[in-house]
Amino acid sequence: MSDAAPDMQDLYRELVIDHSRNPRHFGRLEDATHTADGINPLCGDKLRLYFRVDASGTIESSSFEGSGCAISIASASLLTEAVTGLEVDDAKSCSATISTRLTTAAPYANLDAHLENLKALDGVRAYPSRVKCATLAWHALQAALTNDTQPATTE
Amino acid sequence: MGATAKTVTATDWRADFPALDQSVHGQPLVYLDSAASAQQPAAVIDAVASYQREDHANVHRGVHTLSHRATEAYEGARDKVRDFINAKSRSEIVLTSGTTESINLVAQSFCRPRLQPGDKILITHLEHHANIVPWQLVCEQTGAELVVAPINERGEVELDSLLGLIDDRVFLIGMAHISNALGTVCPVEKVIEHARQRGIPVLIDGAQGVPHLDVDVQALDCDFYAFSGHKMFGPTGTGVLYGREAILDAMPPWQGGGDMILEVSFDKTIYNELPYKFEAGTPNISGVVGLGAAVDYLQSIGMQTIARYEQKLHDHMVARLSNVDGMRLIGQARRKASVQSFLLDDIHSHDLGTILDHQGVAIRTGHHCAMPVMQYFGVSGTCRASLAFYNTHDDIDRLVAALDKARELFA
Repeated sequence: MSDAAPDMQDLYRELVIDHSRNPRHFGRLEDATHTADGINPLCGDKLRLYFRVDASGTIESSSFEGSGCAISIASASLLTEAVTGLEVDDAKSCSATISTRLTTAAPYANLDAHLENLKALDGVRAYPSRVKCATLAWHALQAALTNDTQPATTE
Repeated sequence: MGATAKTVTATDWRADFPALDQSVHGQPLVYLDSAASAQQPAAVIDAVASYQREDHANVHRGVHTLSHRATEAYEGARDKVRDFINAKSRSEIVLTSGTTESINLVAQSFCRPRLQPGDKILITHLEHHANIVPWQLVCEQTGAELVVAPINERGEVELDSLLGLIDDRVFLIGMAHISNALGTVCPVEKVIEHARQRGIPVLIDGAQGVPHLDVDVQALDCDFYAFSGHKMFGPTGTGVLYGREAILDAMPPWQGGGDMILEVSFDKTIYNELPYKFEAGTPNISGVVGLGAAVDYLQSIGMQTIARYEQKLHDHMVARLSNVDGMRLIGQARRKASVQSFLLDDIHSHDLGTILDHQGVAIRTGHHCAMPVMQYFGVSGTCRASLAFYNTHDDIDRLVAALDKARELFA
């Protein structure tokens, strides 16, 4: 199976396994000002994202809860690290950047330092059936910050 | 099959299936997803191609040669299916697009005109969505009630509980022959026997039964038996509804259109006889030709030979999986066939599915269109390895090795 191994590790990179095993900011966030659900009906993945945005429009804190595969949990965990401290508009554009990065064949663009860890998700590009696992949290982020009442879905 | 006695093995059968002879991610394919859709033998593929190349025309319509050939091929397949499940008459074989359409046909044509508010449809907790949702729809339409017989922690239908739920308001019982998610072989014979005594019709969802068991609808004595072509090594978009002739006769048509009529005027339409009354529009002719070829192929091996071989392979698979560290088997019924659902450590089923695929091993992951079963076991989904007679001990070894690899990756 040796020829299969390197590819697998490109999808399940150490950082992805680490975040899926030990998700950061996991749990409900009291005093959240923005929240949204992300649901993949076909997989059964369910995430709820929480954000507390201060008066100046900065995301003070983020968290998430839910269940899903290693890719969807790691992506949500990495998301909470990446967007905490960002302005709402910057977080939204970050969501667009990541979604594009995961779903197009374009060469990888450079990422700002605070998004550097998200490169760990780059491996999913080669797995069309798993891209939606990685983008679920980012769709939910968009929904939360635009106060959509419908759960986000990648179907 | 030559005249000389020769032991035919699964390896020989495997060679009949062109799709199995390929590599996936650099590894020879191990196909353990036949419960979702089975591969087709060359005999089926060739029958469909040859029909398309040489014989295609519309059926039941033209006087020209090709139309006659197409009709012969299509109706010939119906006769093969009749023989395969030992129905009394070809009028009892309604050709559909699959199990799903077959069950919807019964719900809408048999149940809907007759159901009264307060009547009950009785199903079990381990049904596929295709044997749940059509009943929910007809219950909503009529005010009838859907009643669900429980399963136990082994994944078996509790027979006594099911029989205890039968009362005078039960209009129909619908149950799987074999559970697609758990592999449980359900006690359909006993349920049918009790239901017959009380005059309650029974529909068996045989989507997983027909590919693995020697099904005889007269011996079963059920009123309806529904199954799909693509799970029995035939083309997708083909299926069968067997129905007892007297019951089918009394049912109104399911869809209107061409082929299901004898005479149409704007005042009145006279419906065609059985089984054509239920086959409106041009059918999936080439698919049905393939279904007939699948029946021929299965009969050339023999369903009892297949069932015996698969049972041994299934028991071997279960024994091997039981010895994998971190294994949780889901579905441990005492009568079980061809399927094993499982979870490994806390690895999500989709992650495991991807890792196995990378090693050339194809399994199904997720809820298997049986969400209530997943809810019963408190999981969002499982991994499912499902067998056909073209699988071998080697395939099981590869599955177990791939699972060990997954544990290393997630260690």
